[in-house]
Amino acid sequence: MSVLVRLRPATRLPRPLIAGGAIIGACLILAIFPQLFAPYDPLKMDYVALNQAPSWAHPFGTDNFGRDVLSRIIFAYRIDMQIAIFATVFAFTFGTLLGALVGYAGGRIEALFGRVVDAIITFPFLVLVIAIVSVLGPGLVNMYIAVSVVGWVFYARITAAEIKVQKRLDYADAGRAMGYTHFRIIFRHLLPNAITPAVVYWMTDMALAILLGSSLGYLGLGAQPPAAEWGVQIADGKNFMTTAWWSSVFPGFAIVTTGLGFSLLGDGLAEVLRTRK
Amino acid sequence: MTDIILSAQNVSKEFLFPHSILARIRGEPPRAVHALNGVSLDIAKGETLGIVGESGCGKSTLARCLVRLHETDGGRIMFEGADVSHLQGPARRTFNRRVQMIFQDPYSSLNPRMTVRQILSEALRVHRMRPAAQIDARIAELLDLVRLSPDAANRYPHEFSGGQRQRIGIARALSVEPEVLVADELVSALDVSVQAQVVNLLLELQDRLHLTVVFVAHDLRLVRHISHRVAVMYLGTVVENGPTAEIFAHPNHPYTNALLRAAPEVNPTRRTRTVAARGELPSPINLPSGCLFHTRCPHAMDRCRTEVPVLRAFGKNHVAACHLDTFDPTVTKDTK
Repeated sequence: MSVLVRLRPATRLPRPLIAGGAIIGACLILAIFPQLFAPYDPLKMDYVALNQAPSWAHPFGTDNFGRDVLSRIIFAYRIDMQIAIFATVFAFTFGTLLGALVGYAGGRIEALFGRVVDAIITFPFLVLVIAIVSVLGPGLVNMYIAVSVVGWVFYARITAAEIKVQKRLDYADAGRAMGYTHFRIIFRHLLPNAITPAVVYWMTDMALAILLGSSLGYLGLGAQPPAAEWGVQIADGKNFMTTAWWSSVFPGFAIVTTGLGFSLLGDGLAEVLRTRK
Repeated sequence: MTDIILSAQNVSKEFLFPHSILARIRGEPPRAVHALNGVSLDIAKGETLGIVGESGCGKSTLARCLVRLHETDGGRIMFEGADVSHLQGPARRTFNRRVQMIFQDPYSSLNPRMTVRQILSEALRVHRMRPAAQIDARIAELLDLVRLSPDAANRYPHEFSGGQRQRIGIARALSVEPEVLVADELVSALDVSVQAQVVNLLLELQDRLHLTVVFVAHDLRLVRHISHRVAVMYLGTVVENGPTAEIFAHPNHPYTNALLRAAPEVNPTRRTRTVAARGELPSPINLPSGCLFHTRCPHAMDRCRTEVPVLRAFGKNHVAACHLDTFDPTVTKDTK
């Protein structure tokens, strides 16, 4: 049973989709084959070349351990793209499915669900994630768990609201009048028409997850040194900001471009998935 | 009398307003819209029954109750002599295969993300109407039946006009080979030129497939054109039910009379300015006592305000719910 939305052959792909797709495609290639692009070993220290400014040998300079900043940024794609995907994919899947069921059921189940969601949203997101990570211990896997535990509520709320709109339309009644099961009506008929906002939010959320992963890395709760991760790199470089700005600023650019790529992809998908009347 | 295939017996349906905590503390009773108030009517096999009434009289609610889209709050829906009001699961699916519905709005009644082929093959598969190998052939047959070209199968609903979509809706309903078709305002969303096309198609299909049709509409001329019998509804009750020609020639209920006189005459020399019923439709939340029509009826007597009239015979297969035995159709509230 296909839950996924069927893409119609569009006459012309929207520009944001092309641009976003190109950026994210490039990011994924870097994440899969970093050794093909990185000029140096990202972990290799060189004590005669500490905090060197950008040059032909080190285009983005070196950090306070003499590691090549460009190579570290390239190897960090692997971790940061992982964060973007694993920190959101469970929240998206679980939140969307639960939201669909709750939105369809309505009534008291929905009221109860609303209170649970409100309770979770009341906590500041970052504080809650930090609390969970400190219970589970620092590290990437625990960070994925913490973000998923909190993140699903947004998807569930978006999908529930959209399903509530869709279930009142005649095509849903037509399914009921055909004697179709609730399961079939929810997943075959309503969800493909209700999932678009959740998919678009997912793309934005991936960009947010990278920022969150970087924040946690900065705080020492995400990726652990000496692994290369943008947030960790920025944190490491901050003490040398006035004399060696390059070890913080270039990882920052990597975060910005990747975030931009996901946002553009989200905008493009919204245009492609828009229901035609 | 001919075989009764589907009937409503004293069916009622309420839609409750949200009952706030404050109202509960104050001890106020929950408020509700009384959409159906004891509707009784029989539908004979092979006939077309037109259901007419003004907006908000419960026509659509009744249609939805007949196909079990709404649960009834009271009374029974009978299909071939068996109570179907509480069927669940496979039994309900079987009932729905035999009693299908066509919806009013051609723009929201088709899933925008499914091609016509997917819509039809889903119905055929779920109800196991054909073995998998014959499904494509059957889809072509159904499209031919509703006069759509075979290449329509691979297109999405947004590629069709309103009339074409309504024909896809008919094909979907017919795919499961039902015996009863409930059409809720089948053509009211369509242009007049397309209306005739779709209605004639329905009539032709009814003849070919021996369907029983319940045709819910507010357009009296249309109902007169296609129905064998007409049921007139007012505030969630059937006030009159009889053969089309009799209803239109000499109505036995003042409301029917008012409704017929409200329809503009095509011939301008026969138009009148007299008003057969005055005032607004009473609120379905607080229903009038006695006869529901007494607040607007030019013939209302004291008895009408206290005693609810029941449907009684005024001729062969012709019933009306009125205390009057005869009334003068030219009397209006002004002249009284």
